[in-house]
Amino acid sequence: MSLITTLARLEAVSSGRAQPAATVRHRHLSEHPLVFVPLTTAGEAGAPLGALVGTDRDAPRLLVVPQPRDRDQRFAFLAELADVVLPYIDAYGESVETAERSETDPETGKRVKVEVDLCTDAPQLIVPSRAGLDLVRLLGRSMRFRRTAEQEPEAPHPAPPRVPLLGRWLTHFGERARVPGSALLLACTDLLSRHWATGQSSLEDQHLGALLAWIDPPGGESGAEAAHRAERARDERGQLLWPPAGPATDPAFDNKLLAPAIERYDRARTALAAAEDGVEADDRSGEVTAAERRIRDLVEGCTRPTWDAVWRSLDLLRALPEGAHVEDRWTRDRWSFTGHRDRVLAGEPPQPRRDDAVTAAGKLATREREQARLDAQEALDDPLVMAGRRLAGEAFAGEVTDVVMAYGEGRRPSPRPLVTVRTDDRPHLDERVKVYRSLGGKPQAAEFVRYEDGEAGDGTGGGGALVVLRVVDKMGRGKEPEEGSVPEKGDRVCFTLFEHEQRGGAKLPDPERTPWTHGGPPVAAEGPPAADPVTEEDLL
Amino acid sequence: MTIRSAPEAGRGAAARPAFDPGAEAGRATDAILRDTLHGAHRGVVVDSPPGAGKSTLVVRAALELAAAGRPLMVVAQTNAQVDDLVVRLAEKEPGLPVGRLHSSDADPYDKALDALPNVRKSAKAGDLAGLDVVISTAAKWAHVKNVEPWRHAIVDEAYQMRSDALLAVAGLFERALFVGDPGQLDPFSIVGSEQWAGLSYDPSASAVSTLLAHNPELPQHRLPVSWRLPASAAPLVSAAFYPYTPFRSGTDHGDRRLAFAVPSDGSGPDRVVDEAAASGWGLLQLPARHTPRTDPEAVRAVAQVVRRLLDRGGAAVSERSPDPVPLTAGRIAVGTAHRDQAAAVRAALAELGVADVTVDTANRLQGREYDVTVVLHPLSGRPDATAFHLETGRLCVLASRHRHACIVVCREGVEALLDDHPSTEPVQLGVTVKFPDGWEANHAVLSHLAEHRVTWRP
Amino acid sequence: MQPKPLDARALAALAANPGCRRRALLDGAGVDKTALADALGAPSAFGQSQFALVRGNSFEARVKADGGAELLRLVHERLDPAAAPPGSAAVPDLSAVGPEGRTARTALALREATGTGTWALLDHPMLALDVAGSVAFLEPDAVVVHPDGSWTVVEIKSFPMLDGSADAAKVGAAARQAAVYVLALERVAAQLDPAPEVRHRVLLVCPKDFSNLPAASAVDVRKQRAVTRRQLERLTRIEEIADTLPEGTCFAPDLPPEELTAAVEAIPATYAPECLAACELAFHCRARSRGEGAVTSLGRSLRAELGGLTTVDEVLAAAHGRAGDPDDPAVAALRRASALRAEALGGAPC
Repeated sequence: MSLITTLARLEAVSSGRAQPAATVRHRHLSEHPLVFVPLTTAGEAGAPLGALVGTDRDAPRLLVVPQPRDRDQRFAFLAELADVVLPYIDAYGESVETAERSETDPETGKRVKVEVDLCTDAPQLIVPSRAGLDLVRLLGRSMRFRRTAEQEPEAPHPAPPRVPLLGRWLTHFGERARVPGSALLLACTDLLSRHWATGQSSLEDQHLGALLAWIDPPGGESGAEAAHRAERARDERGQLLWPPAGPATDPAFDNKLLAPAIERYDRARTALAAAEDGVEADDRSGEVTAAERRIRDLVEGCTRPTWDAVWRSLDLLRALPEGAHVEDRWTRDRWSFTGHRDRVLAGEPPQPRRDDAVTAAGKLATREREQARLDAQEALDDPLVMAGRRLAGEAFAGEVTDVVMAYGEGRRPSPRPLVTVRTDDRPHLDERVKVYRSLGGKPQAAEFVRYEDGEAGDGTGGGGALVVLRVVDKMGRGKEPEEGSVPEKGDRVCFTLFEHEQRGGAKLPDPERTPWTHGGPPVAAEGPPAADPVTEEDLL
Repeated sequence: MTIRSAPEAGRGAAARPAFDPGAEAGRATDAILRDTLHGAHRGVVVDSPPGAGKSTLVVRAALELAAAGRPLMVVAQTNAQVDDLVVRLAEKEPGLPVGRLHSSDADPYDKALDALPNVRKSAKAGDLAGLDVVISTAAKWAHVKNVEPWRHAIVDEAYQMRSDALLAVAGLFERALFVGDPGQLDPFSIVGSEQWAGLSYDPSASAVSTLLAHNPELPQHRLPVSWRLPASAAPLVSAAFYPYTPFRSGTDHGDRRLAFAVPSDGSGPDRVVDEAAASGWGLLQLPARHTPRTDPEAVRAVAQVVRRLLDRGGAAVSERSPDPVPLTAGRIAVGTAHRDQAAAVRAALAELGVADVTVDTANRLQGREYDVTVVLHPLSGRPDATAFHLETGRLCVLASRHRHACIVVCREGVEALLDDHPSTEPVQLGVTVKFPDGWEANHAVLSHLAEHRVTWRP
Repeated sequence: MQPKPLDARALAALAANPGCRRRALLDGAGVDKTALADALGAPSAFGQSQFALVRGNSFEARVKADGGAELLRLVHERLDPAAAPPGSAAVPDLSAVGPEGRTARTALALREATGTGTWALLDHPMLALDVAGSVAFLEPDAVVVHPDGSWTVVEIKSFPMLDGSADAAKVGAAARQAAVYVLALERVAAQLDPAPEVRHRVLLVCPKDFSNLPAASAVDVRKQRAVTRRQLERLTRIEEIADTLPEGTCFAPDLPPEELTAAVEAIPATYAPECLAACELAFHCRARSRGEGAVTSLGRSLRAELGGLTTVDEVLAAAHGRAGDPDDPAVAALRRASALRAEALGGAPC
């Protein structure tokens, strides 16, 4: 943690309110995000208990699995979820613009520009916490290999028609969420803690209620008190006043409320099945409905506070101005979304269980590149982030005290002006190290020449250092630099030691050309990937 | 783990009369070259502990392959390593046509290469086609496409290369010799890669672990002798960092001596210098205190030790020359864990008027060699240990750069810090447990250093 | 108060914060920390859902059904494929009166099964381990005796193994728990001549993917074993800690809260946020730590750049120039950080 963030946290402790960790919003927020607040059953691999889902903060859709061990009910839950999520996704897939993309021509092997569709906007899923991200992945994994009755008429327990497709989409969202700076799927706690520093640890920040309490404590209360209440306060029955954001439920809720309710529901269903005539069945079906109603109420009571907290968080985040490069990163999300839309439309099989060597290496390269891009863009967009980089010696800001015109060697001497900057920062400048500043949104490079002797001393301490830089590009083609392309005496400038734009990595081999060092080409599977085995106690 | 403490000088020779380091190393090298030139396997792996002659082996293997008429590509990890290899090859065989494939950045290679008549430099692989040996970094090789594969490759520093980097270049060669030091710093990724943990081809793992997971039958060799580390250091470094692949020193106790013309003034720095000169190790222990990384007292103590090493007229005697060689600034290095610590030490040295002493982090000292090293212990003054500071590779690099002596500057209290370190690491299924453990290795080194402790209150 | 005997989970949890004397002493003395936390008015947040309990038990029963045939098949496949397949295995009866009786029965069964050249499965054996001068009784899910006479610890957990991987934090906790059993088994083995090998690779059995079928993976617990061994050696030093306490210190939950609090506060703690997931007293210690303004209540790593400054007030006073030596690099860095932060937020340094 940077010392600046540490200070912000300590200021939060002493002031009782969260402190800004950013001056702009660093993530894209959709006009119409889909919020998903799921609950699972304890002890089972992501077996859903229920969820609130939807795009209208005042009218969430409540989905409930009254008996989480009942496979049919679980499939009904997933089918309902698909009914909400897939139309939301599909709507974004329909509106496209034309964009250019580089592709390798299969005949010539050359890189050529081609015109392709790019979706004008993309869907955005918001879950309360990181555990919610994991559940999205788990649900995706559990559904995408399911077979529908249409695919396998003979197999027992066919999945409802749109469930495998939902699984593929959730898998895509879950994988995309691992890309730094992406915004197709976001956890609310991550969003908030990126923009505010609370007076508690980052572990405790995983609790949405406590985190929000620090940022926006209810009238007059200190953040610490409000967070403590959100985390710990229980009613006279021992139930948390603020239920956890899930997907796991509180054990006291499970044992004291949910378990009796499920037992009552089971009893009612058994009784209904044993009904001997219509009148008795009507009676008993009323009891089933009532028992189910009770579970629905419990699930709603457990998810609604979180649902409201997510929307309140989005309000707070929307109040921050969007960072200048956020749009650029969202365009990458749109490419990602469009790409998966195209794969689904092309009838490609679902994502495999595990990546092959080439895919894994490709994903890692992408994520590293996006992390570097995110780090650079956040610093350029936000002086508070840049302050952290300056403190770390990775950037420096100061005033231009001198500019001396000079020219490079070579047949056509090009301008290489020497610029002296006085800075109080202490960058890690080694000989000939490259530095960059933003000039009209593009990086201009300079190289470190020397520290100037002067009142600034030896460049390591005292009242600031005089840094001499040689500007090397973005000055036009002429002998004289273009107007405004060289800093002038008195200008405030900020140079970074990190690059502003990321180069593309090397191209990896095609998977079918995986070299011997990595096990050779993967063995092509016959037909579609196998569905998970189904056992009687099967849980998802 | 038991660490054998260094025996008294002179006793070592009697204790192991049968060990002839030159012959041992020669046998190992012959076997490696035999497998490389005539073996049936596509790959040969060589583990090389610090200073075991890895570069010499690479140069020799390259020359023998070239002499056998087999064009060769060499993959190294950094431009400095590439340039160093080019220079070594040219020194050994000035007539050999060597290609230096470089990036299209400004200043892509060391200007010293311009003075070598048979070294051709280019940013395009096509320009270098047909040369006996072509050398470049893994990053540059990864951009080379549409060329006829080389029959042979040498991959240098293969343990510091990531699996995904090997994936990008392995299509360029048919067979390869992989050489590296498993005890140095592991490659890392700036983003999480847990989702691939346990996969044989985890892209963030080292190239060698992927290679061996898929090709377990490949011959694996080990260079058994460190020519750099003195007899006082090899047993400790071997036991602490290479517990399952021990090595020995190529020299014996008494083969190397460090002496100073100016007697000790009785200060802490002078006493620790004498201790290190006599035993090969010295621990200058400052009073316990929690400090930020750039602990001014510790930094100043490091600088003072260096100043006294230079002022006292040191002279080193070794197997390399019959006469004592003056201990000059160029033969001394300071090692730290962090860049800001290195910067602080440089500033402190400048204040004391010392120039030309290398001061760098463990990462940048990898592969380098000095007569005496002064190390600011990575855990000195810290309130807590972290995975970064406990990484065995970091300590191993810092403790294995010297030919004569290593002086460690550290605050008291690191043992307690290690004892209180929480051990709640996650465990990924299918991932081979890496030994040694950072905790154990740190304890091993500390308990050895404790025997050479000089306490000092500056 | 009835002392609460240590179990393997508690022993393994010692590794979470080995520097905490409070935890070491209370655990070593067998104090029921859950009851203590309740009495201190800061109840622990640990509880288990009955759904998880039922599910865990039914999974374990399934794994061990048919005389452990499936379990033995997995041990054979994952750990000892060269041995003869376990067609039928001995499943000795381990029932006896009291933990001492069961421990003796287990030791006897182990001795009898070792050297017969066949497979044997010990279902819920009982092992004893001397911890800080008192005996802790430990009950692994199972121990398997291989035909070569070596022993394997089996841990059965209800978190899933999904496509061959599992939650690394949970696997880590299971490995630390299994390492305690390995240590205890090594003590039993040492009584035999020749001492059988206790394998350092344990078998972790979990539900496969989304099913109730078992999946298994071998886990190397050498590191965890070394850590636990060290922790146990350190625990035996709790007498030294106890000596520093006032005479007659007592942790009975029925004491008046002030007295109880004073007794607990007499032993120094090193609270960090990680304690919340590992110790019943964490909420009490957190409140104290926050009350003292300790920076570590916000995370251990915070201290790294703060040098000798340990409280929020000290740090802020140094950062804002109200206190501290400007030549101290920690103070200097704080002031630079404070100035840079203020500049970025558009105000003067406050």
